[in-house]
Amino acid sequence: MEPIIYIDHLCFSYHNEESGQDIPVLRDVSLSINKGEFLAVLGHNGSGKSTIAKHLNAILTPVSGRVLVEGIDTSDPDRLYDIRQRVGMVFQNPDNQMVANIVEEDVAFAPENLGVPPQEIRQRVDAALAAVNMTAFRRHAPHMLSGGQKQRVAIAGVLAMQPDILVLDEPTAMLDPSGRAEILSTIKKLNQSLGMTVVLITHYMDEAVQADRVVVIDQGEIKMQGTPKQIFPQVQELKKLGLDTPQATELIYRLRQQGIDLDPAVLDADACIDAIMERLHSIKHTGELS
Amino acid sequence: MLKDITLGQYFPGDTIIHRLDPRTKLLLVLVYMILTFSINGFLGYLILAVFTFGCIFISRVPLKFVLKGLKPIFVFIVITGLFNLFLTGGDPVFHWWIFTITKQGLYFAAFMILRLVFLILGTSLLTLTTSPIALTDGLEHLLSPFKRIGLPAHELAMMMTIALRFIPTLMEETDKIIKAQSARGADFESGNLLRRAKAMVPILIPLFISAFRRADELATAMECRCYRGGENRTRLHELKYTKADSAAWLCFLLLAALLLALRFLPWTGGGAAL
Repeated sequence: MEPIIYIDHLCFSYHNEESGQDIPVLRDVSLSINKGEFLAVLGHNGSGKSTIAKHLNAILTPVSGRVLVEGIDTSDPDRLYDIRQRVGMVFQNPDNQMVANIVEEDVAFAPENLGVPPQEIRQRVDAALAAVNMTAFRRHAPHMLSGGQKQRVAIAGVLAMQPDILVLDEPTAMLDPSGRAEILSTIKKLNQSLGMTVVLITHYMDEAVQADRVVVIDQGEIKMQGTPKQIFPQVQELKKLGLDTPQATELIYRLRQQGIDLDPAVLDADACIDAIMERLHSIKHTGELS
Repeated sequence: MLKDITLGQYFPGDTIIHRLDPRTKLLLVLVYMILTFSINGFLGYLILAVFTFGCIFISRVPLKFVLKGLKPIFVFIVITGLFNLFLTGGDPVFHWWIFTITKQGLYFAAFMILRLVFLILGTSLLTLTTSPIALTDGLEHLLSPFKRIGLPAHELAMMMTIALRFIPTLMEETDKIIKAQSARGADFESGNLLRRAKAMVPILIPLFISAFRRADELATAMECRCYRGGENRTRLHELKYTKADSAAWLCFLLLAALLLALRFLPWTGGGAAL
């Protein structure tokens, strides 16, 4: 698969005015993001995962190294809006991303900025609201919506730019469980049915589990990367980085520690039940007790 | 409790008055205000009243709603009326202790009250029949000729839009802070005015800090959505003048002609002497 975003030896540091020192946030991060993939970036608070996100649409530019979005260097100030139009960004707090006091006016904000003709704005707004299943709320005021609904409107507001890549920086951190489920199913739908490339920054394991690929960040460096099935069974390494594992994986891990031979690559409850049932059956057949 | 406060008391509807272009409505309200102050006879006010209540009827906004706009400035109207009543010199018609009412005072007081009442009714009808977004759009268009002399028309309109958007959010937040501070033993109810004003500080500081944080995040989010000021910006709902707008202008021209004729033409006697 061809990379749509290419991060090449990216380093970034904040300058601290008081001490006069540069505080490194990202150290030599290299990563390719493929077209159409669903990538999860995992890390605990302060690991630098949001800083990576902000480099993907040129809100921050590298101190050294490069970031290429569809071949465009994010450090090129002349291509700034080309990059921002290609990489849609959704943030944590849905309230602080909305500009207008009517849903459809807010969704229209980005295409209005891009100078899209009115008839086409109308089509884009309708399509974006349909994609996140919010068409019925198009004339509502944002403050009358639930957290999950507001965040879906924020996603629609970004979709109206017709981006190729959707970057979500902890989009569910402020939502209740049902809001989180709404957002996650929306993201998966966009990835699977519209072929949108998705980068999900999160610290929830159960969200990262659903991605095609997981990158684990700690102290500004990539510590692990691979498919969820490769990453999550490494329970001890994850714990060292201050991260949890999905409950099902944790259960299997503990049973294995007790000497019960089970398949470690288990990510959700159903797979966990299957693995344990299979083990019980084989015990019944062989009469072996371990 | 704070959530119940509504600002820009828009009353949605689909009448000809609702559908008028916001630019037309803004300009016509300006004309209406000038007319209100140029009338100097009761016949003129009678015509204005018929016209105003006619408009309210066409807009299908309940009269109760429109009259509610008068409530907050009722005291102001009464005081203005009393001032004009007692402080205008002329032919005395009534005298008691230090109070003297003159014929001119009666006229002035009546005119002043009528002017203020019609002023409020006219502007209320504007905000009741125009959504805040349309109103801001209209203002931006009307102010854009002044861009050349440095008036930031687009920026002002954007500020108004964002302010309107964040009023409910900040209200909700204030409510939350009040509850949080009350739970920590803050007392907002007792004490004199100074003490109560001081008690507001623990509400205002967190509110301001959060507003600044919100502003910062909103600015980033707007940049991510390619916001770069008003240059080359298009709109989802373009403003368009229609036949209804021409009709509205015609009505106003007729009204203005009638009222100005009443005031200035000699054979109408200048109304004031009614």
